[in-house]
Amino acid sequence: MNNMNPNVKISVKNLNLFYGNFQALKEINMSIQKNKITAFIGPSGCGKSTFLKTLNRMNDLVEGCKISGEILMDGVDIYNNYDILDLRKRVGMVFQKPNPFPMSIYDNIAYGPRTHGIRKRKELDEIVETSLRQASVWDDVKDRLNSNALALSGGQQQRICIARAIAVKPEVLLMDEPTSALDPISTLKIEDLITELKKNYTIAIVTHNMQQASRVSDYTAFFLLGELVEFNETIKIFTIPENKKTEDYITGRFG
Amino acid sequence: MNSRTLQRISAETAKWIFRAASIFSVLALLLITVFLIAYGAPAIFEIGPKEFLLGTQWQPNAKIFGILPMILASIYITLGAALIGFPLGLLTAVFLAEVAPPRLANLVRPLIKLLAGIPSVVCGFFGLMVLVPRIMDIQGAGNSMLAAMIILGIMILPTVVSISETALRAVPSSYKEASYALGESRISTIFRVTIPAAKSGILTSFALGAGRAIGEATAVALVAGNKVQIPSSIFDSVRTLTTNCVFEMGYASGLHQRALFATAVILFILIILINIALSVLGNKEEKHE
Repeated sequence: MNNMNPNVKISVKNLNLFYGNFQALKEINMSIQKNKITAFIGPSGCGKSTFLKTLNRMNDLVEGCKISGEILMDGVDIYNNYDILDLRKRVGMVFQKPNPFPMSIYDNIAYGPRTHGIRKRKELDEIVETSLRQASVWDDVKDRLNSNALALSGGQQQRICIARAIAVKPEVLLMDEPTSALDPISTLKIEDLITELKKNYTIAIVTHNMQQASRVSDYTAFFLLGELVEFNETIKIFTIPENKKTEDYITGRFG
Repeated sequence: MNSRTLQRISAETAKWIFRAASIFSVLALLLITVFLIAYGAPAIFEIGPKEFLLGTQWQPNAKIFGILPMILASIYITLGAALIGFPLGLLTAVFLAEVAPPRLANLVRPLIKLLAGIPSVVCGFFGLMVLVPRIMDIQGAGNSMLAAMIILGIMILPTVVSISETALRAVPSSYKEASYALGESRISTIFRVTIPAAKSGILTSFALGAGRAIGEATAVALVAGNKVQIPSSIFDSVRTLTTNCVFEMGYASGLHQRALFATAVILFILIILINIALSVLGNKEEKHE
């Protein structure tokens, strides 16, 4: 039914995921809204990161991982005869630990565009600059695009990673606890950046940090033991949660 | 208190045992170097550096000692072995570290290690009985630079494969994941991310492989022919720096014997140069990035 709704970017239906015999996700149903930020929260091992990775099929790399149900992006099932490389071009990802390649800043950003066939230097220059600007790290690095990205600080590295992800012009950005390895000031900068980015991208973010979820997201999904306990507008989840478990979690009674 | 003192004493002792062991290895290296230079270097000056390094004739009876043909033969054969062994070894390492299912990799890996255990004289026999006749079919006498290149290319595989594989395995999976997440395929990721990230280890494997190739004597002695001449084709029979020492050391004396030591000094220097060149290359690339 959500297929008809033009504001829905990704629609998940009856999703189950197994690692061997272990069921990591149980009957997940969710609609991720276009140009909004959706946060996934829950205690460690609740399945929130696993769920995030189903959206760009990074779980395909895990041996013994099986999935049932549907994930529709713009109405098309991404698990049914969908070109996985094309999917990952459309759905970018930022990881928990900043993981720039051990190459120059320029080559990091140009990596994705080159993957997808862009070779002209001028075109690449332009993409590199726009991406770094969008990730608000251009001013920090514009004079040293040829130096190794690993020489940057953790916060800068993570913004390089965000710039690298948006350089392929994805439609969706997945972020797996993107600030958990960063100091508080870098964290705030990344959060500002995320809020800025939602103009152009649909964003899903996994976070351990409840304040972060309430600060940046429009929608929040609370996971527990592989189940989606509650999914609603962030303001409602954090003020009048419907489920007792959600309330217990966000008030810090467990997790 | 007492047991603590005991602990400290045993820790100290252990430290000194480790230290002594490492000092012993370094000492052995130093002794060999000193010995080699002490015997060989004076001969170079006695013969004349130019006559020795650039001379093309080797006639011990006439006191003519020119090793240029052997220097060139050694370099050419090593380059040829590298041309065969480096790509083959690197690709095998990639296969073991990145492509093969673990069970297959665990089957292939010990086999390659076994290759390292085959005595070089056996490799030489194999070359003599199998390779040389095939080369004879194509051109010449069969005993040739080409035969030595192929045999050495195979002999350096275990070194190149095992060190490269270790280097490839040490590349953090987060790099690969980042590449996959950008829509890059597994195979392209290997060439664009994994191999570049493992570069310094791979270059180390090349340096050790080249060192092994240029230093090998027995296998080369059996297949390379042993004619002192500046090679003009890969089908030429040649003598290398190592085989020069092997063939003549048994009966040489006086200046002749010292000239053979001097040959070994040059070999030694070549090996050091290979190591320096490849490590400079590795550092430069890293800085550039």
